[in-house]
Amino acid sequence: MDKRDGFEDRLREARARRGLDKAQPNRGSLPGGSWGIGFRAGVEVVSALVVGIFLGWLLDRWLGTWPWLFLVFFVVGGVAGVMNVYRLFNPRRGAGG
Amino acid sequence: MAAEGKTIDALSQFELTPVLGIVGNSVGFSQSTAHMLLAVGLITALMMYGMAHRAVVPGRLQALAESAYEFVHNLVTEQVGDEGRRFFPFVFSLFMFILFGNLLGLFPYAFTFTSHIAVTFGLAAIVFVLITVVALAIHGRKFFGYFFPEGAPVWLAPIIVPVEIVSYLSRPVSLSIRLFANMVAGHVMLKVFATFVILLGGLGVVGPFVAVLPLALNIALVGFELLVAFLQAYVFAILTCIYLHDAVHLH
Repeated sequence: MDKRDGFEDRLREARARRGLDKAQPNRGSLPGGSWGIGFRAGVEVVSALVVGIFLGWLLDRWLGTWPWLFLVFFVVGGVAGVMNVYRLFNPRRGAGG
Repeated sequence: MAAEGKTIDALSQFELTPVLGIVGNSVGFSQSTAHMLLAVGLITALMMYGMAHRAVVPGRLQALAESAYEFVHNLVTEQVGDEGRRFFPFVFSLFMFILFGNLLGLFPYAFTFTSHIAVTFGLAAIVFVLITVVALAIHGRKFFGYFFPEGAPVWLAPIIVPVEIVSYLSRPVSLSIRLFANMVAGHVMLKVFATFVILLGGLGVVGPFVAVLPLALNIALVGFELLVAFLQAYVFAILTCIYLHDAVHLH
């Protein structure tokens, strides 16, 4: 089915002319008010911590170095959580994006 | 939280029970699996019957099917770009499955399969494997450069690399925890306030009047849960798209 005389395009043009279409809030923007953002940030920190703790515990069990790697990866997980939250607000968009 | 033998039992709604009698019992076919099959069946029916007429002016079902299609299609092309179109079937199935799971769970006597972390983590693990495989297939060994941003001083590598790896591994965890926690919290709240209605309703003469308060709150909560059901499916889909974008255009 073709575009029916480009009606969609003409409609979009007309809407843009009258300024009816708001500029879309761009990529990476997630919905939700302050509660949503707060909850997301919390989840990011917790999940990074969980992964860090689990990795550290696993490596310790494997290498028999309890509790040193656990402690190291606890800190690493915390830093990764902070990084996640930082990326939540400043998504890295580099070349090709 | 006991009140004269009646307790607030908010968590038993998440228990799995086998269905389909002895057959279901022996293969571990729970009501969760049944609801998943129901969701898949409903989605298939919506798409098949909705698009059966292919009318120029869509009917109700066709409008619903088309708007769902276009919604996810816009999401994918906007977030991933034109290369993302080949991931559209995946994101669409994921979005519809979670959306129908969340919405089905709001019906009385229904079960919310997205309230189990095993289910949500399973879905998130599929996403995680997919983004890793896609990134490896497109970029090969350059993928590992993802864990060390260009321009950072080399002596920082022992700190940056583990942090980046943990941050990357935390993606499926945060995806699954977000969906699971939202669904569990909503359903627990609904259950708790519904129990308040019954407990307060039995308090003699004033009981029914006081019980109106939690009932009103529950009505508001159901509306809120409807929003959350849609929003969480959307968030899951959009995060999948963002991760796919990262995998396709490696930074």
